[in-house]
Amino acid sequence: MSRYVARRLLFAVPTLLVISFIVFALLDLAPSDPTAQLPLTIPPETRQAIRESLGLGQPFHIRYLKWLDQFLVNEPLNLLERMWGIEIGDSAGRLRVRSWATRAPVVDLIASRLPQTLTVVGISYIVAILIAVPVGVFSACRQYSVFDQAGTFVTMVGFSVPTFFTGTVLIVVFSVWLDWFPSIYDTTHRVTDLESLLVQVRQMVMPVMVLGLFNAAQLSRFTRSSVLENLNQDYVRTARAKGVAERGVILVHVLRNSLIPVVTVIALGLPTTFAGAIITEQIFRINGVGQLLIGAIEGGDIPTVQTVTFIFAVLIVGFNLVADVFYGVLDPRIRYD
Amino acid sequence: MIEGSTDPAPQGPRHRPPARGVWQQFRRHKGAVAGAAVFALTALGVLLGAAVYGVDPQYLDYLSRNQGISLAHPMGTDNLGRDTLARVLAGGQISLAVGVAAMVLSLTLGTFVGVMAGFFRRLDGPLMRFTDLFLALPVLPLLLVGIMLFRDPLRAALGPEAGIFMLIVAVIGLTSWMQTARLVRGEVLAVKEREFVTAARGVGAAPRYIILRHVLPNALSPITVAATLGIANAIITESALSFLGLGFPSDFPTWGRLLFDGVPFLEIAPARVLWPGLAISLTVLSVNYMGDGLRDALDPRVRRH
Repeated sequence: MSRYVARRLLFAVPTLLVISFIVFALLDLAPSDPTAQLPLTIPPETRQAIRESLGLGQPFHIRYLKWLDQFLVNEPLNLLERMWGIEIGDSAGRLRVRSWATRAPVVDLIASRLPQTLTVVGISYIVAILIAVPVGVFSACRQYSVFDQAGTFVTMVGFSVPTFFTGTVLIVVFSVWLDWFPSIYDTTHRVTDLESLLVQVRQMVMPVMVLGLFNAAQLSRFTRSSVLENLNQDYVRTARAKGVAERGVILVHVLRNSLIPVVTVIALGLPTTFAGAIITEQIFRINGVGQLLIGAIEGGDIPTVQTVTFIFAVLIVGFNLVADVFYGVLDPRIRYD
Repeated sequence: MIEGSTDPAPQGPRHRPPARGVWQQFRRHKGAVAGAAVFALTALGVLLGAAVYGVDPQYLDYLSRNQGISLAHPMGTDNLGRDTLARVLAGGQISLAVGVAAMVLSLTLGTFVGVMAGFFRRLDGPLMRFTDLFLALPVLPLLLVGIMLFRDPLRAALGPEAGIFMLIVAVIGLTSWMQTARLVRGEVLAVKEREFVTAARGVGAAPRYIILRHVLPNALSPITVAATLGIANAIITESALSFLGLGFPSDFPTWGRLLFDGVPFLEIAPARVLWPGLAISLTVLSVNYMGDGLRDALDPRVRRH
């Protein structure tokens, strides 16, 4: 098992390096010039000096290696320092990936946006799991019943209707017509007492529901087919034959076995949900990581785009690894040699 | 004549052509039939509807802005007085064209990679690592980046409309072929070991001939299912890109762009968002149902008799 994990880790490193190269090289082709927005009265030599101060004077491979160094070495060091309040080496003079638009270190920008994204994505994912697993199990146990038929239809609709449409419809109904929930997510809102907690809950209902129901649709379909597969196994017949109550058969025997693939799918789906949150953040004007990315793309802020895109790639590779390891730990039938 | 009577043609249910069996199986899946009907109606309506309805989607009528549903404008008008029904019909043509074109590109790529990896053992490792690499790419951010990079050069080279169309089709096709490649590879690996392939090899058929004549026709069922689901995926992706403002321009709208343009007017004219959104959802839903039915019909393990 540990050898398998080590091998997967060893494979993840070159994958990430290749992806980082693709992301960096693709964006380096961009025709955007960070000095394009500056007044025309600035003489060309000053313009050139500004470009060089942004690190643009050097050849491609030097800039790529510097970016890698800053992202993979300097930023983790900064993180360690902040976590433990210690100082490792020359921390003030360490170079950091800086945004062209704000001149702030990109990682700090991301850190300031991350809590909003994490709360919405995290809670919506939990809601999705809480809805999907019971619905999936129940409709598998009553296959072809009215509940199952309705559930299948609703899940089909759930993942066919894009989130940007459900989001806007919810805004029309619940913000414009009924005025129950605000259509814009206020990230400056601080929770201090019961009153403000209620405000926070109210503004989170719609984004969480939009993202959660979309994920729940996919997850419940998967849970249903996984449970169905297990219901036909011999061990279920054995359990029934020895007189275990139906409730026990389902909740103890079937559920434990059929949740193994569901757990891996939950892990695999998390990075996709993060990427999908880009759209949800755009609908409800949440200034999270997704909106940072969209703003940076529109403004031609190359270092920010490179870093955010690469972080998404790290998430995907990381959660693929987690899913594989989970599968091995949860299912003793899987042997890695 | 005597030959015909002494040697009766094989008959009965065991020997009926596979295509008919699939069709009968497909017909049992009520959702799939309804999906196919709705999709055919949508495609037909969008293709012929614009000609039948005959209203110019670009015609500006400032005196009737942001109108609701009326006899003159069955779906209302937008903030410049353009007829929404005409725009939804015109947008549908582009949305469906993008969906089909991107699906064809991704299917071709995926089938090619899958067949190569499945058929030639030496290519299997590298090609599958390559597929894994593509699966690990953050697709939505890269799509956005790709569009930002190549939008202006392509629009300058091919004109505003053809340029953005080619770009969107290319970026969606290039980032969605991986699942097809994996499915096709699995199927090819299985087909490759069957007797008729060994026989073909034995009589000295070239790999190209074996692939085109024996392997591909037998790997057709996962390709067909991937094709239907590919259309749905491409339509959703395109409208998501347009919704983020990085897809088609406003004067050459798709359903996604119409939805995006309608969002600022949610409070005045909510119907403007509703129609294109409904069109996207209904099309994708019908295609997904079709894919579901096809998968059941083509998979011998889930056949119900």
